[in-house]
Amino acid sequence: MAATDAHQAAHQAIDAVWRIESPRLIAGLARIVRDIGVAEELAQDALVTALEQWPAAGVPRNPGAWLMAAAKRRAIDHLRRSKMAERKHEELAREIEVERKPDFEAALDNEIGDDLLRLVFTACHPVLSPEARVALTLRLLGGLTAGEIARAFLTPEATVAQRIVRAKRTLAEKRVPFEIPEGAELAPRLSSVLEVVYLIFNEGYTATAGGDWMRPALCEDALRLGRILAELEPNEPEIHGLVALMEIQASRLKARVGPSGEPILLLDQNRALWDPLLIRRGLAALERAERLGGRGYYLLQAAIAACHARALAAEATDWARIVGLYTELHALAPSPVVGLNRAVAISMAFGPAAGLEEVDRLISEPVLQRYHLLPSVRGDLLSKLGRLDEARAEFERAASLAQNARERELLLQRARTGG
Amino acid sequence: MRFMMLMIPKGYEKAEAGTMPDPKRVAEMMKYNESLQKAGVLLALDGLHPPSMGARVSFTGGKPTITDGPFTEAKEVVGGYWMIQVKSKAEALEWASRCPGSDNEVIEVRQVQEFADFPADVQDAAAGFSDMQSGAGSKTP
Repeated sequence: MAATDAHQAAHQAIDAVWRIESPRLIAGLARIVRDIGVAEELAQDALVTALEQWPAAGVPRNPGAWLMAAAKRRAIDHLRRSKMAERKHEELAREIEVERKPDFEAALDNEIGDDLLRLVFTACHPVLSPEARVALTLRLLGGLTAGEIARAFLTPEATVAQRIVRAKRTLAEKRVPFEIPEGAELAPRLSSVLEVVYLIFNEGYTATAGGDWMRPALCEDALRLGRILAELEPNEPEIHGLVALMEIQASRLKARVGPSGEPILLLDQNRALWDPLLIRRGLAALERAERLGGRGYYLLQAAIAACHARALAAEATDWARIVGLYTELHALAPSPVVGLNRAVAISMAFGPAAGLEEVDRLISEPVLQRYHLLPSVRGDLLSKLGRLDEARAEFERAASLAQNARERELLLQRARTGG
Repeated sequence: MRFMMLMIPKGYEKAEAGTMPDPKRVAEMMKYNESLQKAGVLLALDGLHPPSMGARVSFTGGKPTITDGPFTEAKEVVGGYWMIQVKSKAEALEWASRCPGSDNEVIEVRQVQEFADFPADVQDAAAGFSDMQSGAGSKTP
């Protein structure tokens, strides 16, 4: 019994070491072998060796260095066997030389940072589909197993495993270089990375599948990735903007769901349930982003979220400021949904008539034709203006478009009363 | 899940007011803290002044009574903490094991109670649902 427990404890410890070390391990190996699929295999081989040795011998004092040494030995074997041997031998010899130098540790620290960035940019490369980018990023940088990713996205494990295999093959076939993009290429590649992280966060924040409408563990995974990125690229305002946005949104996780699992909208939430630690972190990240001179897509959304986070009660919200931020966001990234949010903010700042005027400008937008929030917002404003018959019709229309059963119920109820 | 790693330095319970850590130790700790930060797991951290600068409030008989530090009966006291967000208790323990702790130091690793850990009645009480308005107010998406 005791032996089994010890064995189990050793396995859990190895899992934990893997979660912590695998991104750096894979990133470092990928630089040597120039193929993230091979790098991952080598890293896993090293892990298997650890699984064989650690339960009996104990976890080494520096498990990361142990794994890296074991994996590098395998990388050398791999290179000797492969056709790349001649080309790479010299490089590897140089690398081993470097390791003997006394300032190796400091050099390695910088190097690891760059390797991790290369790994992030490669895993989020636009040649891959968004689903493949998400799976690969969670696998390689989040240290999640295919099973864990599958459970988080309610997808069969085989599908996720296949997706990862295919993604790695695509990267190899398209000869995607293991590099940090530079110059004009950097901005679009960085937005691809941020998009992947925010996709993961949003899948946790408003799940598109399954009974629960939130999966907080995925939000935590995304936040961890965002925080790592912020450390790797500390001078990039949009990364801090995204981290700020996720921290502030995550601060509301507890308040967003009622006792029977129903969604609770922002202005109806019990603000005492908002997590002050995450709000503080979010506001600090936002300040950092603003200090760096950012005014981008994520920063502006974070700034809007921050207006809500700073208001101790819904009535204390600085709506005029939110209108300004939505106007800026709409100019930067025009979208009817942002326009609709802006109209709501206008109604809160300047009254329902001003809001309605704004909403009516959006009625012909093709994207909003099947979007239940357009008639829902319109109905709400009409109701506030006392035009109850028109409001009822809008709520009915909104209910017919709503996907979520609980939301539909609420809209039908409003359709009956007009209020 | 969140864990608090509580640093318990033996002897700190008797430390004089104004006791400050050794700069060399601080440099080592900073490196450790940086590794937590770079891994995206660190949420917050703080060091605490010794108990001789603090006080205790007890509630015997439902009445608050203040006792100034140091506390003669205390065998060990917290000197600081890290709040981390990780995937498992094993991961929290792995991070704690990497701390450059010295002979007299112990780190106690404790999981933070999450809302979902509570039974329904405790959740309701904690959320204050009883005194919440059933809001069907404005619908900001």
